[in-house]
Amino acid sequence: MMAEKEKLTIVLFSGELDKALAAFMLATTGASMGMDVTIFFTFWGLNVIKKNEAKVKSKGFLRKMFNIVNRGGSKRLKLTHFNMLGMGPVMIGKLMKEINMPSIDEFITMAQEMGVKLMPCTTTCGLMGLPEDAFRSEVTSLAGAAFFLNEARQSKVTLFI
Amino acid sequence: MKADKTLDCVGLYCPMPIVKTAAKIKELKVGEILEIQADDKGIKLDMPAWCQTTGHECLGMEEVGKEIHVYVRKKHD
Repeated sequence: MMAEKEKLTIVLFSGELDKALAAFMLATTGASMGMDVTIFFTFWGLNVIKKNEAKVKSKGFLRKMFNIVNRGGSKRLKLTHFNMLGMGPVMIGKLMKEINMPSIDEFITMAQEMGVKLMPCTTTCGLMGLPEDAFRSEVTSLAGAAFFLNEARQSKVTLFI
Repeated sequence: MKADKTLDCVGLYCPMPIVKTAAKIKELKVGEILEIQADDKGIKLDMPAWCQTTGHECLGMEEVGKEIHVYVRKKHD
């Protein structure tokens, strides 16, 4: 048994469903292996943990426009390949169900229940005009690059997805 | 091998058998044996790896038809 918990830190930079699934699969596995896991969300990765329902209320014309075209939310994620105007994710969802694989929503909830810390990057939130309440309830808290690097420095495994 | 508890993971793919094993092992007392039944071949490498990281003991596995039954002894709380 490990004296101190080993750490796994993941940066989720991408906002596609397939990449998000990969990040959450590794995060939940890490937590199952007794690791202390943090996922740091930045840029397009923030879309994965945005609320599905509420529209983001951001200030300024550019940010408002940006959040209309980049709405995000787990139900709006695309695939990196074969997105086919949204048919790809629907089909992948069907196939995932067939093999009893958890959906991205189930993965997010499961990760949070297992103690995985879900942290949006403050700077990209500021850049994109995202208030803290733009994110779903599973999110731990906003954090900066220094927090991430301090976690990464102590981590045995660090991944950038 | 006689197990104290059994976990059915048939039909589940990685990482679910590992996630479920981590949760289930909490129900056992130290020294007891958990039997994990799965049909995803990944478990043959994943369960020993999980044991190596968590410090529990992988006692062995047997193939029963298409299923793989893995035995894990709980070594600590």
